[in-house]
Amino acid sequence: MNHQEIIPHLFRTEYRKIVSVIAKRFGFEHLEIAEDIASDTFLTASQSWGLNGPPENPTAWLYNVSANKAKNYLQRLNVFEQKIAPAIEQTNDLVNYELDMSPQNIIDSQLQMMFAVCHPCIATEAQIGLSLRILCGFGIEEIADAFLTNKEVINKRLYRAKEKLREENIKIELPSEGDIEERLDTVLATIYLLFNEGYYSISQNKTVRKELCLEAMRLCTMLVENRSTNKPQVNALMSLMCFHASRFDARMDKNGHLVLYEEQDVNLWNADLISKGGYFLHAATSGNKVSKYHLEAGIAYWNTRKEDTKEKWENILQLYNRLLQTEYSPIAALNRTYALARANSSQQAIVEAEKLDLQDNHFYFLLLGDLYAAVDKTKAKENLAKAYALAKTESDKQAIQRKIDRL
Amino acid sequence: MEEYVLLMRLDILTKDAQPSPEQMQEYMKQYHDWVGGIAAQNKFVGGTGLSTEGRVFKHDNVVTDGPFAEIKESIAGFITVRAKDFDEASKFAKSCPILNGPGNTVELRKIVSVHDKGD
Repeated sequence: MNHQEIIPHLFRTEYRKIVSVIAKRFGFEHLEIAEDIASDTFLTASQSWGLNGPPENPTAWLYNVSANKAKNYLQRLNVFEQKIAPAIEQTNDLVNYELDMSPQNIIDSQLQMMFAVCHPCIATEAQIGLSLRILCGFGIEEIADAFLTNKEVINKRLYRAKEKLREENIKIELPSEGDIEERLDTVLATIYLLFNEGYYSISQNKTVRKELCLEAMRLCTMLVENRSTNKPQVNALMSLMCFHASRFDARMDKNGHLVLYEEQDVNLWNADLISKGGYFLHAATSGNKVSKYHLEAGIAYWNTRKEDTKEKWENILQLYNRLLQTEYSPIAALNRTYALARANSSQQAIVEAEKLDLQDNHFYFLLLGDLYAAVDKTKAKENLAKAYALAKTESDKQAIQRKIDRL
Repeated sequence: MEEYVLLMRLDILTKDAQPSPEQMQEYMKQYHDWVGGIAAQNKFVGGTGLSTEGRVFKHDNVVTDGPFAEIKESIAGFITVRAKDFDEASKFAKSCPILNGPGNTVELRKIVSVHDKGD
């Protein structure tokens, strides 16, 4: 790789580490300074490497330069504080200028940063935005692209979130043993949404979407690898994401259009990720608490088995029955009704489907169309026509039209 | 929306009334499909099955190991549902699969919050 390729690559992997370590050292209230120093380090890198070529160990170079920049900043700050503002109380900590760039401190700082930016005092979308910026090294433009909005909106959102975290005096630290379960809930919810943002987003940008999913999995891996956060529900979420990600290449065609489950090429399913999913699902069974991630991972496991067995659909149905009792969502209600048709009968599923109050959802009519297909072709067509009218994207409409034609 | 409790009572003590493991599995499936159907309509609030163990505390420090020795109909579980009125809640209760067994009952009661006047 030449320096033009290597810098964006390193930015993605190292920016977050530098920001986390510096912010942890300076305190969360100086997060922006940490971001500035990290960005500045990469600016220096592109100038220097452009002239002399990249150094032998680029990562060490970056750590070194950022540590020096941090040190200079602290010294300047110290001068300011001693000479210009002696009234400002100074902590002993600030006298030590050296930055700890050891692998352990890099990992710890990122993990602690994860808990800080996923603090429940800021809105979920701000948590995701900050995670993408600070923990995943995403540019503002990329974040805007993922959220289908513009840079100004994202900038404002991140600025307000940081202000709020400052006001609340949030520390970059792991929560206490007693609080960790509760705080972990928000962190997991953010990782889960980050993954879904990539997996289900209507953005056509396949590369960005896949990266969102991989970043979510990377953050979750950090939780799995730390003893105090390696809880059953963390493993369950990891398992769920592995199972879903195993179909990433099969569920999108070259143009970024969705390929329906039944139409996917099983050879494109990633066997390695499926087996990893199995490993984490097993690890998730160590406790006696069943989280929604356990139930969803169970469903995702059965979906990695293509053959249609009675056992498969009965298991999926029961998992959805429990999931809906834990947390209702329209999509879970629709999927549950489909599983009911496969495990019990289409007739029973039609009766249950008619009770669902989801008249504005095109998936609802798609489901009814599928259920009626075997029993009443006229009704099947009527429902598919309604689904067609409600569908929002061109590729959805095309998929529905194919179903109508097949009847 | 109002909330209602469905109290499910059945004979969990008489030996003859005990289902075989296969029957039990089928009953559990029917039960879970029923609760799942309510949850799929976003009408499930909470609830659980109950074990046969228990104690009953009475006036004057009398404690017995449950009401089970005295009555055949024990509370086997309860769920709370959301419904717009008694009629809708009755439909949930009527379709409860434990009613396939003779002698079993589902009691439907509306929840009255202490802050309500209890119309």
